[in-house]
Amino acid sequence: MNQALWVAKTGLDAQQTRMTVVSNNLANVNTNGFKRGRVVFEDLIYQNQRQVGGQSSQNTVLPSGLNVGTGVRVVATEQLHTQGSILQTENSLDMAILGRGYFQVLLPDATLGYTRDGAFQQDAQGQIVTASGYPIQPPVTLPPQTQSITIGVDGTVSATLQGQSAPVQVGTIQTVDFVNPVGLQPRGENLYLETVASGTAQPGTPGLNGLGGIQQGALEGSNVNVVEELVNMIETQRAYEMNSKAISTNDQMLQFLNNNI
Amino acid sequence: MDRMAYIAMTGARQTELAQAVTSNNLANISTTGFRADLHGFRSLQVAGEGASTRHNAIAETYATDFSPGATVTTERDLDVAIAGQGFLVVQTADGGEAYTRAGDLRTNSAGQLLTAKGDPVLGDSGPIAIPPSTSITIGTDGTVSVQVLGQGPQTLAAVGRLRLVNPPLASLEKGADGLFRRTDGEASPADASVKLTPGALETSNVNVAETLVTMISLARQYELQVKTMTTAEENADAAAGLLRIR
Repeated sequence: MNQALWVAKTGLDAQQTRMTVVSNNLANVNTNGFKRGRVVFEDLIYQNQRQVGGQSSQNTVLPSGLNVGTGVRVVATEQLHTQGSILQTENSLDMAILGRGYFQVLLPDATLGYTRDGAFQQDAQGQIVTASGYPIQPPVTLPPQTQSITIGVDGTVSATLQGQSAPVQVGTIQTVDFVNPVGLQPRGENLYLETVASGTAQPGTPGLNGLGGIQQGALEGSNVNVVEELVNMIETQRAYEMNSKAISTNDQMLQFLNNNI
Repeated sequence: MDRMAYIAMTGARQTELAQAVTSNNLANISTTGFRADLHGFRSLQVAGEGASTRHNAIAETYATDFSPGATVTTERDLDVAIAGQGFLVVQTADGGEAYTRAGDLRTNSAGQLLTAKGDPVLGDSGPIAIPPSTSITIGTDGTVSVQVLGQGPQTLAAVGRLRLVNPPLASLEKGADGLFRRTDGEASPADASVKLTPGALETSNVNVAETLVTMISLARQYELQVKTMTTAEENADAAAGLLRIR
């Protein structure tokens, strides 16, 4: 059948995927610690219909061949792990990482997840947990008589207890770093999972050895740039239209053939 | 049988192939660093008995359009666009060298610098490995410098330099994987005059208006071929009518 139809179809597919990624970015414009995605397009393999330089006769060679491309595909949707904007919330359990690093949380299946979302809360036992209820690792538990909490740049959590004037240290928050954060697998719930591409998690003290410090009472917002996404959306829509134009043109060609022969 | 029908059929088939090339250009309208394929037709004389009146049309992709695409600012550390002429050098799976203008680079877990397709990018002395770092900066001449993790900005270290080449465009051929290779088999030395724009990407250079017009023109050309086939049929019909005994 007509090859051009299928080539144009790959264009439609790829633009559709791009639209999904753009929509997802826009939908998460207010999600804490969200890292925007970007699609990476790649041209599919070329079919060599006639080899350039082939012998057209014993003494002559073809000056040019016919290489027909087979379309486009989305080779990756990569997450751009740039810093999002920092919002001051004054909530004592809100934390933002200024620079590299991820919070480490324990998932229900006993594996570890990593997040930049610093909107932590307390559960019934006084443990510091994410909005989904996953405890931070290593766990930090606040005593029942806690009056106020202070979290240092290096992750030291100290609490002022009822009837005591000196604060006591109740735990430390560790952050982890990866060689290649782009290789992390997004899991939803603002969580990322370690993969072969990201390298193994390297725990450390926030603020030391290149890890970003922790700022208490602040949250890292989404790093989605709304203007850029809207421009992407316009470009995607127009590219989609052009590819559907290619399909309708090829359709008309075949229709003409059918009606006239 | 009337030879005219076969000539028209070849024309229609080759027009379909040219339409596939056009569709491929349109499909790759958002592919970073994509270079459009130019197609053309060549006439090939049909050798054989009788007078040499017939020529078949043969579609061919005679060249690649190397005009620059638009530059889009992305602000990502590892995005580079080549300003003007020039190419990045990548190592292909068979160990050879190929050229590309797609500058959306990334690293793997070993810190090796790769293109989006996963081919290692070559520097002046082989593939470039980036140590764990706080920030990566790529200079306009391709120098990759990093601030090593845990050290201050005073320790900015150069870890390599992207090999930027500018081979003669006439010697380049697009391979099946969309990368360019030299057909004359010669090596391309690093060219200091090739400059990069860091934090930006070069879009596809497909000219939308031109491609759409080409597509319409090819569609009409196709209809013309089909019309010729119909005419051939009518001719044969009329000839048969003459011989019919009333």
